[in-house]
Amino acid sequence: MTATLTNARGSARAADASQVADPLTGGPATVEITVAYGFWIFLLSDIVMFSAVFAAYAVLSSRTAGGPSGQSLFDLRNVGIETLSLLFSSFTCGVAVLAAENRRMGTFYAGMALTFTLGAVFLGMEISEFARMIGAGAGPSRSAFLSAFFSVIGLHGAHITIGLLWLCFLVAQTLVKGPKPFVLRRLGCFSLFWHALDIVWVALLSLVYLMGAR
Amino acid sequence: MGKLSWAAIPFNEPLAMAASLFIIAGFLVIFSIVTWKGWWPYLWREWFTSVDHKRIGVMYVVLALVLLLRGFIDALMMRAQLALAAGGAQGYLPPEHYDQIFSSHGTIMIFFMAMPFVIGLMNFVVPLQLGVRDVAFPVLNSVSFWLTASGALLVNVSLVVGEFARTGWLAYPPLSELQFSPGVGVDYYLWALQISGVGTLLAGINFLTTILKLRAPGMSLMRMPVFCWTALASNLLIVAAFPILTATFAMLLLDRYLGMHFFTNDGGGNAMLYFNLIWAWGHPEVYILILPAFGIFSEVIATFAGKRLFGYQSMVMATMAICVLSFMVWLHHFFTMGAGADVNGFFGIMTMIIAVPTGVKIFNWLFTLFRGRIRFEVPVLWALGFMVTFVVGGMSGVLLALPPADFVLHNSLFLVAHFHNVIIGGVVFGVMAGYQYWFPKAFGFTLDRRWGVISFWCWLIGFYVAFMPLYVLGLMGMTRRMQHYADKSWQPYLIVAECGALIILCGILATLIQLVVSIRARDRHRDLTGDPWNGRTLEWSTSSPPPLYNFAVLPKVESLDAYWQTKQSSTPRATPEYADIELPPNSANGFITALFASITGFALVWHIWWMVILGLACGALTLFLFGWVERHETLMTRADLEAVERARIDRLAVFRQGDPA
Amino acid sequence: MAKRLQLYTAGLAFALLLTGASFLVAQSQLLWGPGIPVGLAVLAIAQMGVHLVFFLQMSSGPDNANNSLALAFGVLIVTLVVGGTLWIMAHLDANMTPMRTLMEMSR
Repeated sequence: MTATLTNARGSARAADASQVADPLTGGPATVEITVAYGFWIFLLSDIVMFSAVFAAYAVLSSRTAGGPSGQSLFDLRNVGIETLSLLFSSFTCGVAVLAAENRRMGTFYAGMALTFTLGAVFLGMEISEFARMIGAGAGPSRSAFLSAFFSVIGLHGAHITIGLLWLCFLVAQTLVKGPKPFVLRRLGCFSLFWHALDIVWVALLSLVYLMGAR
Repeated sequence: MGKLSWAAIPFNEPLAMAASLFIIAGFLVIFSIVTWKGWWPYLWREWFTSVDHKRIGVMYVVLALVLLLRGFIDALMMRAQLALAAGGAQGYLPPEHYDQIFSSHGTIMIFFMAMPFVIGLMNFVVPLQLGVRDVAFPVLNSVSFWLTASGALLVNVSLVVGEFARTGWLAYPPLSELQFSPGVGVDYYLWALQISGVGTLLAGINFLTTILKLRAPGMSLMRMPVFCWTALASNLLIVAAFPILTATFAMLLLDRYLGMHFFTNDGGGNAMLYFNLIWAWGHPEVYILILPAFGIFSEVIATFAGKRLFGYQSMVMATMAICVLSFMVWLHHFFTMGAGADVNGFFGIMTMIIAVPTGVKIFNWLFTLFRGRIRFEVPVLWALGFMVTFVVGGMSGVLLALPPADFVLHNSLFLVAHFHNVIIGGVVFGVMAGYQYWFPKAFGFTLDRRWGVISFWCWLIGFYVAFMPLYVLGLMGMTRRMQHYADKSWQPYLIVAECGALIILCGILATLIQLVVSIRARDRHRDLTGDPWNGRTLEWSTSSPPPLYNFAVLPKVESLDAYWQTKQSSTPRATPEYADIELPPNSANGFITALFASITGFALVWHIWWMVILGLACGALTLFLFGWVERHETLMTRADLEAVERARIDRLAVFRQGDPA
Repeated sequence: MAKRLQLYTAGLAFALLLTGASFLVAQSQLLWGPGIPVGLAVLAIAQMGVHLVFFLQMSSGPDNANNSLALAFGVLIVTLVVGGTLWIMAHLDANMTPMRTLMEMSR
């Protein structure tokens, strides 16, 4: 009988890979499946949080208290550049993580650098847009519409910021520790996170900027 | 130091000062005893940094029991005030103080008593019932507990330093906005709940992943114990609802800290939006609390009736139906806000529909008891008390579900009686049953039966005496949150209610006495078999308390009520094939994260910005450092495992042969 | 690996197309005025679908079943929260006393 190692989850890490634990009847799932699923549930909860703030925006979008509305404030050219940056960064992120899983580390580092740059471009443009609006007297305390706008877009921007910090941390950890299994799991989670942020941006782009600018 | 000054300590309010001194003294006494006896290293190693779901579950329940006392003292103070303040009398609590008390009573009882108790029981029991060794993310589990404790700490600090919110347990705007609540009370409330809310959300993610991805071999979803199904539904609700709470509180915080206009009177804000969002969380919240209680009753009733639970499939369907429906009824909390007949009608009908699956459950429990051989141990007493009491509360709820009736009774004492009826009769009775039922598993000895019976009867009788008058008062027109009242004909009822509260106090004291008595008599009440109640589910197949790894070899599950089947079958048990087990090491992550969360929260309340930045920076550093270090699991070798298991089996054999040695 | 790379590239292409279409719909007269919000919503949902299928690689396969179920639950909750909020708040607003009357009452 081959000696098998069972981890705290009780799943046997047997010598032959055919013994993949089936979550329905085969016992506890592997740690890769478990971590990915847990992170997926977290992302869904995050999207529910976004939807609550978005619902507030939808309700308050017309309450401008005599101040400026979206039509006068939104610069769709900037928004377009932001959208493209984020979309391409999502692509480069996917390619980078794919490369790491296949041990193509050069591609990985290049992809992550691109992802960071594009994400930083997005964030920079968003911050300057906020600064412009605040400078013009259209800050978040001007009206309920602006409070909701700054909050829903700002919440997304805060997630992007955390994502960029996390990206740097993960790249550093990969540099030092190499593409070990636990690092790859985290890269997988990061990639899920980054894609989810792009999905949220699609909603914000369409329902906040494009609808609001009409 | 921001807004913080010596004026924050209530030197000029005798009652608040006395309470503060009492709390401080209590802390100092406990601190001194622990230090003098040299227990810190043990506590740190075995409890505070433990990532074992059993230890974390126990800590949650301890937190809940302590906060039960604090919340109940608030209740006694309110009852005493109302018993006195009739006609022109003012009672002994000024309005500003009374308002803080009813706010803290609700906040503490829901967030820091009921939630931790339920989560603690789920924590302890679910992995054992699923036949696995721990939850999916053990370190996250520890973080969740400590963040909850951090929130509880902040709420209690507000008693000593500053004040608490005066806005009720949900802090409705515009009262909770800066314009009408310029003090720190609402900020304490908001930051405490944001911090503990994160903890709860993480726990929800943890349990969901555990139940859906980690189960013993052969345990399909339809072979899972009902308690795990209710835990699944409850955690689905946590993951779906708590983000709404976080978002809504965040918006209120933005109003208060950055002058935004989500819910303010001016600037286009809409206070009704807060009501809508907060109750979109608030209604699922009460189902988060009650569903696991239903699960506990299912386990207890089946075990003590000696029969399989009647209608397992319909129980599962009813549970999931309640889970989904609970997201479609939230407007019934604000029928009177003026949404009109169409909206009110829809939500009224949905509210009545949600009573149906609950009715299915009640019938299933009744049919389980029917023709069973009922053993009247303490847990099943709580279950029987629940069945009657909860049905009464549910009926008053269905009455309130009718918008026309609710227009008369909204925010009256009738409403207060209804929700206490279902929360006490449902949640409290449930967690008390669970506590009595699983205590032997956790600690290795059963609780004293006599004091358990006394506690139950005091709670049951006390509940009815305390809350039935409130139904009458509500119909007579008395509203909630009143510090004094003009109509002296209400006073007799309130005096009766006060007596009821005192009877419940006896129940609580009886529970405490039961604990002390049981600990002293523990050698006489040892649970040597691991199965004191002749249970049906897998947790009873382990020793009491279970070893750190729960199961030496994960059980192979072939049916529902897996352990019962094992006991009934006469096939001799094969010698298990042991293998090395990797165990996750302890982690101080949770404790340290919560420490910085507490500091940051306190600093945010008092606007001490340098401390906020420091706290956040330290928190981020903690995250990075713990994330950087690769965790190495400790190995329990096959040989060691075999030795431990051998010893246990030998002890069991000796016990079964009747040899007292 | 090549297959997944193809999926990513295809996803990028589709997403670019849909994004462009969104901007076009919003800023030109291609769609009948009142239909623009619907058009934008449809395009947004399509884009989200592209992301889910091509980037996140969600499918209805057996090891993905739980993920899809979780997603479906999430979509349900989001629909209830956003839709419910809009429905309820619109009705509340409609029944509010008009501002002019309120100001006269407070005089």
